[in-house]
Amino acid sequence: LAPWVPVVGLEIHAQISSNSKLFSGSQVQFAAPPNSLVSFFDASLPGTLPVLNRRCVEAAVMTGLALNCSINKKSLFDRKHYFYADLPAGYQITQQRVPIAVNGSLSYSLCIDNKMSQMVTKTVRIKQIQLEQDSGKSLHDDTRNQTLVDLNRAGVGLMEVVMEPDMCCGEEAAAAVRELQLILQTLGSSQAVMAEGQLRVDANVSVHHPGEPYGVRTEVKNINSIRFLAKAIDYEIQRQIEELENGGTILNETRAFDSKLGCTISMRDKEGKQDYRFMPEPNLPPLILYDAKSLPANMNHQQVINIDWIHERLPDLPSVKREKLVEQYGVLPEHSFTLLNEDGLAEFFENVVKQTQMKPKKVIGWILQDLLSYLKQHSLTVKESPVSPSLLADLLNLLEKKEISSTAAKQVLAELWKGEGKTPLEIVKEQKLQLLEDQKELEQICQAVIDRQENE
Amino acid sequence: QNVSVEVLDHLEHLALVDFRDAEGVERLQKAIQFADQLHEVNTDGVEPMDSVLEDRCLYLREDDVTEGNCTKELLENAKEKVEEYFVAPPGNIPLPKLGERETFLQGS
Repeated sequence: LAPWVPVVGLEIHAQISSNSKLFSGSQVQFAAPPNSLVSFFDASLPGTLPVLNRRCVEAAVMTGLALNCSINKKSLFDRKHYFYADLPAGYQITQQRVPIAVNGSLSYSLCIDNKMSQMVTKTVRIKQIQLEQDSGKSLHDDTRNQTLVDLNRAGVGLMEVVMEPDMCCGEEAAAAVRELQLILQTLGSSQAVMAEGQLRVDANVSVHHPGEPYGVRTEVKNINSIRFLAKAIDYEIQRQIEELENGGTILNETRAFDSKLGCTISMRDKEGKQDYRFMPEPNLPPLILYDAKSLPANMNHQQVINIDWIHERLPDLPSVKREKLVEQYGVLPEHSFTLLNEDGLAEFFENVVKQTQMKPKKVIGWILQDLLSYLKQHSLTVKESPVSPSLLADLLNLLEKKEISSTAAKQVLAELWKGEGKTPLEIVKEQKLQLLEDQKELEQICQAVIDRQENE
Repeated sequence: QNVSVEVLDHLEHLALVDFRDAEGVERLQKAIQFADQLHEVNTDGVEPMDSVLEDRCLYLREDDVTEGNCTKELLENAKEKVEEYFVAPPGNIPLPKLGERETFLQGS
């Protein structure tokens, strides 16, 4: 049997972290009373016009720069037409012809054979990033055969990040999305929490034999977590391979992932292939961005976005942070990945290192094994840890000064987890865990043990 | 050239316009003929203009919350509502096919 080459591309929609919407002044907030965060423009009432939110443009520029894109100094807005109850205007304002950023790349890492010690770096090309409006939310009421529409989300700013089909499986896609999520969170351009719909991923999947042209692709939607993303893609790859090996064909269609059944289901539209009738958005002139060279002398600062100014103020991206952790503290690359993977863990580690004499290479073990496993066992975030960096540092200092053994230290840590407010020193005294150094005292104890043995 | 019945039917589906009668279709044909005059101009190497606003400055708004909170007013326009949701049919109701709806457009 000839081998199959799976091809995976991604379309990711990230909700922009901003106070107000992309083209209107209504608030952006998760879980508010229905239709309370809706302006007349969002409801598409006649006589309203779009007004672009500066913050949303900055978020897109930051993201484009972080993903090594070329920022288009002139980008355009278009209308994408389709009918749906949660799209009151009957069209979405997007950037189809000339988006704000193009031709970037994202590097991500994978463990080979699940061994963290063997990591390989891969790259996926970013085709483009475009600004567009989010739609409202439809709640399907099957019992009463109706749909309830909440427009709170209608008009919220989105960045659509299109990743070229450079990936080959669920694991790669999941790793790429995870890295993108960390980048967005570091930039602050999106909080990228998948569970709250701030990061939505659609996967384009196809298979072909090496040397032959690409196969027909399907689009997989309705994926609610990074874990399900990998599952959905791997399922779809398998489904396509089986279908083709059984002599069937793949339809260019949209499929929904059913997380309970672990499979993809056809969403074939009864209306046939969509024709979006793209047209330029007549109410918005081109979006012009500037850099240090092209900065106009006599324009109001508030009306000018300077790409270079934004570039200079980009924070350290996750990949840079990891390198710095390895360089500064001598921890292993795979350690740096785990430190950045848990929100707040890197800061916790650095805080402990600051307050203890123990070498960072030793501290890391306590952070990644003892602390992290306790947190995971009790489903706690780093912020919710009952053990603070100072408490842990105090404990490690006792260990470092050889006042207690490492076994005793683990015992003290177990006690600290109860969060009863005792200090490590207090616990050591309470449980008599101090290491004895007095020769005479040790001799007495040993003698007592020997005596007891003889009497049994 | 005339616009085909397939294209007219496709447009009625997409845009939910109703060409209604021969006069409506004729108006469309005339509009296309009018626009076709553009073909007489050599536009090689010329960037298309898609908006007379192309030299205007796109105004950027500060990221402040200035509107919303008008649920009652918005729902006043709704034919049906449930609590504070708009009510819509369960899915799109597509225009019936050419042979199945009342239209003056003849099937091929």
